[in-house]
Amino acid sequence: MSVAPRREDYDVVVIGAGPAGLAAAATAAEAGLATLLLDENAGPGGQVFRAIASTPVTDRKQLGEDYWVGADLVQSLRAGSTEVIHRATVWSLDRNLDIAVSIGGASAFIKARRVILATGALERPFPIPGWTLPGVMTAGAAQTMLKSSALVPDGRTVIAGQGPLLWLLAAQILRLGGRIDRILDTTERGNYFAALPHAFAFLTSPYFAKGLSMMREVKAKVQVVSGVTELAAAGDGQLASVSYVAGGKRETIAADLLLLHQGVVPNVNLAMSAGVEHRWDDLQLCWSPVLDASGTSSVAGIAIAGDGAGIGGANAAVVRGRIAARAAVEALAPASAAKLASMAALRSDLAKAERGRIFLDTLFRPAAQFRIPSGDTIVCRCEEVTAKDVLDSVAIGATGPNQLKAYRRTGMGPCQGRLCGLTITELMAQARGKTPQEIGYYRLRAPVKPITLAELAAVPKSEADVKAVVRG
Amino acid sequence: MTVNVDAIVIGGGIHGCSTTLHLCLAGLKPVLIEKDYAGRHASGVNAGGVRQLARHIPEIPLSIRSMGIWERISDLLDDDCSFESYGQVLVAENEEELAVCRARVAELNALGFTHEELIDATELRRLVPAVAETCPGGVVSRRDGAANPAQTTTAFRRKAEQLGATVREGLAAGNIRYSDGLWHVDVGPETFAAPVLVNAAGAWAGKIAADLGEPVPVETVAPMLMITSRVPHFIDPVVILRGRKLSFKQFKNGTVLIGGGHLARPYQDRNETVLNWKSLATSAQTVFELFPVMRSATIVRAWAGIEAKMKDDIPVFGPSSRHKGLYHQFGFSLHGFQLGPGAGAVMAELIVNGGSQTRISDLGIDRFYPTTLSPLRTS
Repeated sequence: MSVAPRREDYDVVVIGAGPAGLAAAATAAEAGLATLLLDENAGPGGQVFRAIASTPVTDRKQLGEDYWVGADLVQSLRAGSTEVIHRATVWSLDRNLDIAVSIGGASAFIKARRVILATGALERPFPIPGWTLPGVMTAGAAQTMLKSSALVPDGRTVIAGQGPLLWLLAAQILRLGGRIDRILDTTERGNYFAALPHAFAFLTSPYFAKGLSMMREVKAKVQVVSGVTELAAAGDGQLASVSYVAGGKRETIAADLLLLHQGVVPNVNLAMSAGVEHRWDDLQLCWSPVLDASGTSSVAGIAIAGDGAGIGGANAAVVRGRIAARAAVEALAPASAAKLASMAALRSDLAKAERGRIFLDTLFRPAAQFRIPSGDTIVCRCEEVTAKDVLDSVAIGATGPNQLKAYRRTGMGPCQGRLCGLTITELMAQARGKTPQEIGYYRLRAPVKPITLAELAAVPKSEADVKAVVRG
Repeated sequence: MTVNVDAIVIGGGIHGCSTTLHLCLAGLKPVLIEKDYAGRHASGVNAGGVRQLARHIPEIPLSIRSMGIWERISDLLDDDCSFESYGQVLVAENEEELAVCRARVAELNALGFTHEELIDATELRRLVPAVAETCPGGVVSRRDGAANPAQTTTAFRRKAEQLGATVREGLAAGNIRYSDGLWHVDVGPETFAAPVLVNAAGAWAGKIAADLGEPVPVETVAPMLMITSRVPHFIDPVVILRGRKLSFKQFKNGTVLIGGGHLARPYQDRNETVLNWKSLATSAQTVFELFPVMRSATIVRAWAGIEAKMKDDIPVFGPSSRHKGLYHQFGFSLHGFQLGPGAGAVMAELIVNGGSQTRISDLGIDRFYPTTLSPLRTS
């Protein structure tokens, strides 16, 4: 049952009910602020705690103890006064803090005094030859099916890529009785050395022991090929085989399902469309918002918490959510801030949660050949634009992602660059001998998620909106 | 260091790019200065309408001149600009509106213009089968059409550069001054000097004119557009309404562009606009009512381009009334895209020949100021 927001104005609107959003909303409400939590999914949890309130998986070990931390966050949110609306898609946010949200096929407009964006992360594009074939999907998509429906692969399955989520997913599939034929690890050998100086911090982080035992668990059951330097999917209208090169040797294996993953990057679309300044992060190889220590962005009143603020993982997301909410409380109701954890305590929690992050970022920095494709490999799936098409356009004068639209319509399809944006920036940067920061990113516009014409037509309109029009 | 050129054009919209290209074709060496990049604002993000239909009478000769260039745009630019010509249709939704259409066509005919043609319900239905049954007719301009605005502006810029124009993007023109018989303009570390200066700076042109002693009644506006997901092909011509504010165009790939002049709030200094969704919703409602086929389409993106709108809705086009060698080309008031190719050609003629066969005398800045210079011959 969908419900429209009860009010037109809120003190704090939190967007996204993952770890950061749950923590931020609970904190703001605890201080007595009128708080609205809008979330796109059917229930709380975001990606990492997806379906935490509804999963059919009952054996806690199968999804891992970390997953169930989400249940405590949901509990503390529900104990408070936050108004929570699920299946609510925020499709517009602007610098005046006007928010448009679609709920059950009807759009509502609300205004906030503070907005906390907790829109999390997206999987990094993995543009290899054949990645658009049916039968190739992202590890994240597979994990969504696993958490919400306990669905696991039963055909010939290959997992390729790198990063903590890859190993977590592999472990979860195996625990639920799913099939994995081979894991192709694309971690660059050189990364192990580069990461070494940061290893000490990682050894003392909570991720270390868990990560190690998970990798052992998976390697005991599945053949893992490390040092993969080339990767391609092939098939006639459907995935049939995966070929790869490791240690200079090429091999091709038959496959029904290829799961790809090479880390996650901030989901920047809503923040960028609101005008929030972002900068290229050279370590994480993605755009991250420019934020102060409390998560406040370049747009007055908009803060960003969680992985949308730069990838930090679930534990850091929770603390960032609390910090952003506390900053909102300090601004809107300073007297109530006393009952919350102090900023100093929260910052120390954050430092702890972020320990080991540089190690992970360095170790799992994806290799150039898996980020920057060449030749006929598709870059923009919506408009079927290849790497060669992009380079040809650069050769005749396209200087950046927005100019490229005039040549190839890249980024103009329904995904608004989610699946091609980073690739386009890096590809053009490489071709033009510039930095990604210099090349820039698509200008993103609302609706950040498509809405139907019928829904927009049904929006209540005032006389003033209908007037003041000139012929175009 | 000062670089001497034949002309300095400020503004990399379709007008500045077209004028630059036509100056090159006339054998001059111009420099084009654009503070962002060519096509960054209105010229690159407008509806792409190539329309003679429903124009203000003073700009019709320029529009007709332009149409001739559009029809051979590939020859000029080595780029088809995605120009297609299925006509533009103005729909009358009732008999009263049709009467206004009839009077308009009669007025144009009396002036010798024949590009607008009155049509009845049958012809309207033939041209736009999806239109509501109740519409009694309208006006068609059969040679009209649409093009891709970013592709077009980019193509003008590229061709101008190929023909020898110097292009400076990403740096604003500064410290505009006249000395020793030449206009001087600073661009970053460089200074350009030329006997001719063209002010084609769009929403930023009013300030340039004012700084040079010719303030005009102009405001900055940002008309909004939105585009839908792909729907099955159902319409060829561009459709605009007589009574309600809507323009409508389906592209080859099935996407549908919905415009009509609802305005966003411009933040000119930041190159930003904030959309007004409630007024976009009125456009959506009109489409919903008129084209049931569109009801389940999704809106995938909306945007607005920053541009200049004159109080009288007519551009400022022609020589300055105060300064020798200064030319204005701005204030196209939401309908400048189609005029771009022709305006560039005519501007080059004014600069090179001192006059043009195309009648533009009602568009001059001298409608605000009696000229202090000896008038040019603009027939």
